[in-house]
Parts: sequence; structure tokens; C-alpha cells
Amino acid sequence: MSDDHHSHDEGSHFSDVELRVRALESLLVDKGLVKPETLDKLVDTYETKLGPRNGARVVARAWTDPAYLQRLRDDASAAIAELGYGGMQGEHMVVVENAAQVHNVVVCTLCSCYPWPLLGLPPVWYKSNAYRSRVVIDPRSVLKEFGVALGDNVEVRVWDSTSEVRYLVLPERPAGTQDMTEDELAELVTRDSMIGTAKL
Amino acid sequence: MDGVHDMGGMHGFGPVAPERDEPVFHHRWEARTFALRQACGALGRWNIDIARHANERIPPEQYLPASYYERWLAGLEMLLLEHGLLTPTELASGKSAGSAPAGLTPFPPDKVEPAVRKGKQYRVDADIPAGFSSGASVVTRNIHPGGATRLPRYARGKRGTVVRDHGIFIFPDANAAGGGENPQHLYSVRFTARELWGPDASATDSVYLDLWEDYLERA
Repeated sequence: MSDDHHSHDEGSHFSDVELRVRALESLLVDKGLVKPETLDKLVDTYETKLGPRNGARVVARAWTDPAYLQRLRDDASAAIAELGYGGMQGEHMVVVENAAQVHNVVVCTLCSCYPWPLLGLPPVWYKSNAYRSRVVIDPRSVLKEFGVALGDNVEVRVWDSTSEVRYLVLPERPAGTQDMTEDELAELVTRDSMIGTAKL
Repeated sequence: MDGVHDMGGMHGFGPVAPERDEPVFHHRWEARTFALRQACGALGRWNIDIARHANERIPPEQYLPASYYERWLAGLEMLLLEHGLLTPTELASGKSAGSAPAGLTPFPPDKVEPAVRKGKQYRVDADIPAGFSSGASVVTRNIHPGGATRLPRYARGKRGTVVRDHGIFIFPDANAAGGGENPQHLYSVRFTARELWGPDASATDSVYLDLWEDYLERA
């Protein structure tokens, strides 16, 4: 995160939008509607506490514990809560499983709904007009741009997550990882593999 | 609302451009905007569907070129004005013309973690029979409401198959209009790519959407 030191505006080293947000924050604090410490805490939570490492723990557990995988299928929110994750924007979870002939990919075409407790806040590309518009009509070319080439025999399932249900893709466990521990497996799991724009 | 936010299937936006080692926020103002939106939402003056619909009502010529957090900022300013928390003069001048309405207290920092951890419950505990079961053939309604809806344009008047009943959920179309929760069953519905996009689409691919009872009719 950087301060915006590239303004065209003489007399200020902040960009217009930075000034607008600073003014809004100070106005809302003056009116007693928000506390700056609350904002600090929110930013810290999403910068440091929540992120794709959480989702990776769920994936690694599902790969190593068949009973856990079954609980994920039956009630993903409850199974994810077993590992201590859940909450805002991840209240109602569904896990969709990749297989040799099934590839899942998640989008929200209407805004940018995303499972915050498991993946953190979404990357810019996930929120972009290009991704939101294209992945439902032409998933294969979008996936190709991410380096995921799929044969005609693979079924692509696009999950347009426009309700309060959030989706996590369970990627396939890579070959040759039989001897790895759950911790080591979790290290292999990338954010994009849990959105569906990467394979492992 | 048939706005530019409903962009599934549109052409012309170019390639997707992933960024390596992307930070959570690129600028301080993005982080503050995100947090302001959460902290103001916690005042309880609007619900999540009203908040989403504010972003949808940003004029298209502003919405399209704006970044995600610029949209959040424009939507937040709209919400603060419409719900009487700021006056246009205050917003324009940055000067407070009086304290907040009585009974409103700012969300305290020590409540952030518990609130983030707890989330909200959008599933409703109600005894409402399901109109459809798994495997049912359905057709989506061809509706074009002027207010909020979560039935994307590309999926209206299309035939699909119910694959799962998620249970009973708050209906956003009603909730965004301040018309109560109107809870109803929410289904995962599978559409073939060809049903949505025509004969040139892949014969194997499909799109899944979560759709409320009121969006669906028996096929």
C-alpha cells in the first residue's frame, strides 16, 4: 500500500481521490459516525488476518482426510468452521470439486462476490469488467490466458456467485505428493487454484 | 435494473490482466474506503442489498471507467446522503453541520474482529415449502425490474435444471427496496452453455446460478 504521491494538483501531494477519502473520513469522525481506530482495525484484519492461506488449509485437509472431504460436501460452512474459518462474506459456503474431466471456475458478474474468510479480498482482475463479462460466455479463452488449457472432453462449470452463497474450488491434488504432510500440501495451494483460474 | 453492472456476456472489455504479487490494497485511500464502507454499514441504516444497489445506480458513464474502490466510494457517498447521515453541503464542504442523529454510536474497534468472524445470517429459519426439487426443469422469468435483482440479464427466459436447494434465504429484490426480507427458497440452477449462448458455444460447458423461487417457473 502506498500513499498517492503523484498528483497533478499544485499545492498538494495527494491525488484527488485520496483527498476526497481523507475529507470524508474526517467529516464522518467529526460527526461521531466512525472512529479512526475502527478503520485501522478493519484494514489490519483484511491485510494481515484473512487470505488464501486459510483456503489452502481447507484444501489440504480435504486432500488428506476423506471423512473431512465428506463433511465438506455435506455442509461446507460447518466443515470450514471446524478449522476456525468463517464469517463475513463466507457465511454460506459451497465447495466445488475439480476432477480429471471437470473444471470449476468462480465469478460474480453483478459485483464481485468472493469468499473473504478463505481467500481474503479479491484481486483486481477478479473485479475487472473483463473477467466479469467474459468468463461466463467464453470461459475457455479466459482460462487459456491464465495458462489453463482444457481439452474438449473436460466439462467447464462456471459458478456465477450472485447470491449470498460463496464458492471455493477444490483443486485436484497434484501427482507425486503422496508423501507430503498436510502442511506441505497447503503450501502448494494457490489462490487462483481455489478460484479456478489455475491448476496445480 | 438493467445497468452496466450486469456485465455477464458483454463483449469489448479486452483481456484479463492479472498482477503478480498483488497487495491487498494498492493505495491508502482504497483501504480507508473499504473500512469506511464497513464501519458505516455497521451503523445499521441500510442492509447489504441496499448497499449493493447503490453501486449499481452509479451512472454508467462513471461506473464503467471507475475502479472497484472508486465505485465503493461513490456508492458510500450516495448511501450517506440518502440515509440522512450527511447533507449535500457537508459532503461538498467537508465541514460538519451538526452531530450524528441521536441513537447512532460509531462502531467500536474492539467489535471488529468478532463481527468479521461472526458474519451475518442470510439464511432464514422459516417454514416455507420448496416449489422445486433437485432435477426439476425450470425456466427463468423474463423480467426487467427497475430496482435491484440478482437474476442476470443473460439468464432470463432460459431453461435450466435445479441441482440443489440451498434453503430459504432473504430475497434481495425486496430487501434492496426496503420492502422486507420476503424469504424464499434459493436454488442452484444449471444452464448449458448452448442454452445461454447459442449453438456456437461448447457442448460440454455449463453455467450455474443461484436463483430464488420468484425468478423461476416450471419448464
